[in-house]
Amino acid sequence: MADKSLPQLLASYRERKHLLALLKEIQEVYGYLPGEFIPEIARSLGLPVAEVYGVGTFYSFLSARLQGRNVIRVCKSAPCWLKNCELIVETLKRELGIGPGETTRDGRFSLQLTNCIGACDQAPAMMINDTTYVDLTPEKIPEILGGYK
Amino acid sequence: MPEKRIVLKNCGVIDPRDINTYLGQDGFKALAKARTELTPEQVIAEIKGSGLRGRGGAGFPAGLKWELARNAPGTEKYVICNADEGEVGTFKDRYILGRDPFSLIEAMAIAGYAIGSQTGYIYLRAEYYYLLNLLQNAIAQAQEGGFLKGLVIEICEGAGFYVCGEETALMDSIEGRRGEVRFRPPFPPTQGLWGKPTIINNVETLINIPQIILNGAEWFNHIGTERSKGTKVFSISGDVERPGVYELVMGSPLRELVEELALARDVKLVQVGGAAGRVLPYQEIDTPLAFETVLGAGAVIVFNESRDVIDIVFRTMEFFAEECCGKCTPCRLGTEAMIEILAKFVQGSGSKEDLTVLEDTARMMQLTSLCGLGQTAPNAVVDTLQYFPDLYQARISKSEVP
Ligand SMILES: Cc1cc2nc3c(=O)[nH]c(=O)nc-3n(C[C@H](O)[C@H](O)[C@H](O)COP(=O)(O)O)c2cc1C
Ligand code: FES
Repeated sequence: MADKSLPQLLASYRERKHLLALLKEIQEVYGYLPGEFIPEIARSLGLPVAEVYGVGTFYSFLSARLQGRNVIRVCKSAPCWLKNCELIVETLKRELGIGPGETTRDGRFSLQLTNCIGACDQAPAMMINDTTYVDLTPEKIPEILGGYK
Repeated sequence: MPEKRIVLKNCGVIDPRDINTYLGQDGFKALAKARTELTPEQVIAEIKGSGLRGRGGAGFPAGLKWELARNAPGTEKYVICNADEGEVGTFKDRYILGRDPFSLIEAMAIAGYAIGSQTGYIYLRAEYYYLLNLLQNAIAQAQEGGFLKGLVIEICEGAGFYVCGEETALMDSIEGRRGEVRFRPPFPPTQGLWGKPTIINNVETLINIPQIILNGAEWFNHIGTERSKGTKVFSISGDVERPGVYELVMGSPLRELVEELALARDVKLVQVGGAAGRVLPYQEIDTPLAFETVLGAGAVIVFNESRDVIDIVFRTMEFFAEECCGKCTPCRLGTEAMIEILAKFVQGSGSKEDLTVLEDTARMMQLTSLCGLGQTAPNAVVDTLQYFPDLYQARISKSEVP
């Protein structure tokens, strides 16, 4: 699955300030941050293992557990809640057969809930990977999901 | 008071992918004026004289911040644009960035000239990845046009964390660390990114800059209220017919925005400033919107009569507990304690003692939290206890009531 090996990735991020960018690329390539990479990253950047682990577990776009090929983030903050985001979550649960925090068995989707993604004027909203979907209705969900492999 | 376009002047007018359309609207004239007619000190004097205050929530005077950074010793200095926009209910920076990236770049170039900086960063929240290409394209066009002389602007992408919008956490995040809030002092204008003098401003704050330089401090100073100059861009959402982005002169009544522009009906309460903001019941709908009263970053969330107040407060606190960076104890434990108690009120099993604990915890968090997150997290609790005490009383467990 991975099109870039760890040494290749390490070679393109040589400085301390690149740690977050490096972790984000690993996340993208591998779908998560494999624990066994952490000591190697630390050695390569000359940082304590705890520091790399600390950064790797801090941000919501990084994950220590294997994620699906496509990560769905449904907004649950107040403006989306007022526009029935719960109905969207229910629809996704039914379509995918998983709940928030879970990944489908075929590894196609992970489902997560998130806070405001800055699309409240077009609520309810969700993201799949880098794409934002707005003005959602339960009817729109199957077609949107169909676009992802 | 009328709608007025200063910040949104180019939105929908120019093509954000074509610098020539921006040049057609006086684009980069302010930068040329700054560089040829004004010394860096004079630029800063204009910004100070305009009375422009930060639009990211805290309202700090922009000119003063710039002056501190200009006067700080050192040759390596940084300009950061805060495009993290994580406050619940805020989307105005997204709106502006997507429609007028050039004004932002021009403003950053003026800022770089004023404080003596060769490097600028735009910290873009991960959720706005779709704007990355547009911004990069705008920077490249400005560079090719010869407008950036000596200034490099880099875009740094976030990785999803509300607290990274806080200025010191944001700097730690650019440095590749956990986005945790720093102890202050030192303040960023003297020791910011990489320990060097740094100014950090919100997108909207910066977009005002070219207009101020072109039209002069006096012009700007005459718009707005005594302590809030210019306009404010609001993001309004929730129970309204026409959600969206509206720019109003500072001091405009909340009613104008909520009822006349966004067409809300049966309003029960309004949260001004997002989750961290103040809760106003409908009887306060004539409150003017300004730093003197309520403003924050201009997120306005409207709740109608059908909504449950305690539910709203509970959800607000849940947000803070999730987004707390964990560095300071008052915030980390305070938000958790409040959720526990609020959950009881949601279920109707609160007690009188719980009310006292809520009030005490709120005060403790406001006074002792390390950053604005913990300090403002109790706002919704404090305000609803003040305006809707009966609703809390009604959720005290029946066995408790004498
Ligand atoms: C928890 C927290 C989150 C914040 N998020 C943002 C944000 O997303 N965007 C922003 O411009 N300012 C945010 N701020 C305010 C910044 O710390 C800082 O005051 C601001 O970037 C300064 O720019 P300004 O003076 O132009 O407003 C946040 C503050 C706190 C405490
Ligand atoms: S609340 Fe859902 S996008 Fe803002």
